[in-house]
Amino acid sequence: MAQTDGQLMTGAQALVESLERMGVDVAFGIPGGAILPAYDPLYDSKIRHILVRHEQGAGHAAEGYAMASGRVGVCIATSGPGATNLVTPLANAYMDSTPIVAITGQVNSHAIGTDAFQEADIRGITMPITKHSYLVKEVEGIPRAIQEAFHIASTGRPGPVLVDIAKDALTSTAPFVWPEALDLPGYRPTVRPHSRQIRAAAKMISEAKRPVLYIGGGVMLARAHAELAEFVEKTRIPVVTTLMARGVLPDSHELNMGMPGMHGTVAAVGALQKADLLIALGTRFDDRVTGKLDSFAPGAKIIHADIDPAEIGKNKPVDIPIVGDVKQTLEQLNEAIEAYEAPQIDAWRRQLGTMKARYQPRWDEAPDGRLSPQEVVQRIGELSPSDSIYAAGVGQHQMWAAHFLPHEKPNTWLNSGGAGTMGFCVPAAMGAKVANPDATVWGIDGDGCFQMTNQELVTCAVNNIPIKIAVINNNALGMVRQWQSLFYEGRYSNTDLMTESWPNFPMLAEAMGCVGLRATNEVEMDAAIQQALEINDRPVVIEFVVHKDAMVWPMVPAGVSNDEIRVARDMAPDWEEEVL
Amino acid sequence: MTTTQTLSILVDNRPGVLTRVAALFSRRGFNIQSLAVGPTEAEDLSRMTVVAQVDDEATLEQIVKQLNKLIEVRKVLELGDAAVRREMMLVKVRADVNSRSQVIDVVSLFRGKAVDVSADSITIEATGSQEKLGALLQMLSPHGIIELVQSGQVALGRGAKTLSASKSK
Repeated sequence: MAQTDGQLMTGAQALVESLERMGVDVAFGIPGGAILPAYDPLYDSKIRHILVRHEQGAGHAAEGYAMASGRVGVCIATSGPGATNLVTPLANAYMDSTPIVAITGQVNSHAIGTDAFQEADIRGITMPITKHSYLVKEVEGIPRAIQEAFHIASTGRPGPVLVDIAKDALTSTAPFVWPEALDLPGYRPTVRPHSRQIRAAAKMISEAKRPVLYIGGGVMLARAHAELAEFVEKTRIPVVTTLMARGVLPDSHELNMGMPGMHGTVAAVGALQKADLLIALGTRFDDRVTGKLDSFAPGAKIIHADIDPAEIGKNKPVDIPIVGDVKQTLEQLNEAIEAYEAPQIDAWRRQLGTMKARYQPRWDEAPDGRLSPQEVVQRIGELSPSDSIYAAGVGQHQMWAAHFLPHEKPNTWLNSGGAGTMGFCVPAAMGAKVANPDATVWGIDGDGCFQMTNQELVTCAVNNIPIKIAVINNNALGMVRQWQSLFYEGRYSNTDLMTESWPNFPMLAEAMGCVGLRATNEVEMDAAIQQALEINDRPVVIEFVVHKDAMVWPMVPAGVSNDEIRVARDMAPDWEEEVL
Repeated sequence: MTTTQTLSILVDNRPGVLTRVAALFSRRGFNIQSLAVGPTEAEDLSRMTVVAQVDDEATLEQIVKQLNKLIEVRKVLELGDAAVRREMMLVKVRADVNSRSQVIDVVSLFRGKAVDVSADSITIEATGSQEKLGALLQMLSPHGIIELVQSGQVALGRGAKTLSASKSK
């Protein structure tokens, strides 16, 4: 049933033709032996190929591109080490449900299994960290594999798909045949929620006394922010937005209690703990949100809506499961609740409002007129245009960015949530800037993270991708150091990066073709941010030298109940006087 | 409470599918007790019969849901009590001219058969449920079991209902 163009093509040409038909405009990658045939037709293609400096950068850039644009990101690598360097981005995309397609070259089909030069069983290696994967050994299989890969990556619960293509499949010729229809009988994601479940949910919501909307990254992925806003306006139910969902409802919204979890706000953590109903949408009860599971939200009934049925009931038993696309779920909920009174929850809103006002995330002044990392992050957000996009690495700076950046718009906050991949920031920011050339794209990075993937700044400089990177330099692997301070009696085993000595970040930046700046106090901070915002023809790196002992608060120590939240060292919030 | 569950899984007959299913069990920490894979009435499909140790109902539900997420898995069925289950066993028993007839007597009680014989051994083929094969082994062990191999369980639901390929998930 396929429509035959019939034109004789090499597998490499068929690959590029297929990518073009899928609407790919950008790919990030590095050529090498096994994938080399594909790079010849790519040379003539309208697809913009960005030559990165390390395959991990290609993978994270594809993720950044996908997160910022909502389209499938594409990365390309050769066999063996090229492919294995994609493992971390694939795992990262799998954890955060980011739609990317990775194309890797494989050794000749007859050499597979012989330990040939640059051979690695990348499909086998990545099986547990991809949504699906292909090993294509025949030229005829390329168009269908590409078509299916893009479909699988971008539909249902999105995720990474790997297409590994043997070199001889790329060099052989066959008539190009573009499959007319998908043939995936084992893949039928449920997108339409069940109307009976929706009605039951609407009824339960209207009867709740202390309901909370627990909003996860799925709402961001489904681009369902408008439907969410409508639901919040109709019901006036307080909201918490997880790390992956920051910005899906503006932080400035009075009912947004902020981020829940290990480093969540008191109001968000408290809302979940004291709730009698959780309306969990596109979220997965991750341990970083729930803390110790059996004491999480102990008094709450749970409505859980997700497109992945396996997430429902995985960690926590659910009262009303709803399988479906969260955008459709919210649309239908918005309709269904019309039949009911809005829940009578004035007292609950007041209680949470008080908690929110009293326990805003805050920080102590830095000693000796030095910079506080938190104020650097906040200041960047204040001085930058309102439609800026922010990427972050992983660690303390990520949590500060989650709290102190202006999270006012959806799909402008890119970070590595589930996998916690240090080194995500620079390449992800690069991918986001390629997807949105007109937007200001900031990367908020740490001195540890930055040293893992900063070479992609060369890629940015060479390819006119003027991102801005703020290196929050506290001379240490800050989050690990914080744990050592709190739980290992200050024994700082291997967390001092000595970055007060080397590298010299501004010089490093300059060497990579960027503008390199340094700020050590408040005056320099504002000036450097302003200067960075004015530079639009080169990437900019600002090193913010901050004090070393700043910690991320609030915090729930690992493995205990969320009720144990601390707003500062040895300081618990006062719940009791707020009992309803 | 730990129970033993039998899952019948229809999958696309393609290379790598077994790895995918087996890897899913191991990655999610589910314990496979036995596994049998073979062709079905449809050329493009294989059937896997997986016997797994399951801690509770929620674990079983999670296994089934995760299996259903695999693109190449068409259908997963939990086989309950209403299923025919068979395993096959080949067992080599020490038996000389004096004991041979005793061994054969035992085996015929279990409707097994001798498939190979030598001066001091006899190889028995038997099929049946795990319990039946266990009982046979117990009877044979006084003679001395030299070598033993057992297949994974294969199972089909009773009655006319099928895990039909046309009605995929």
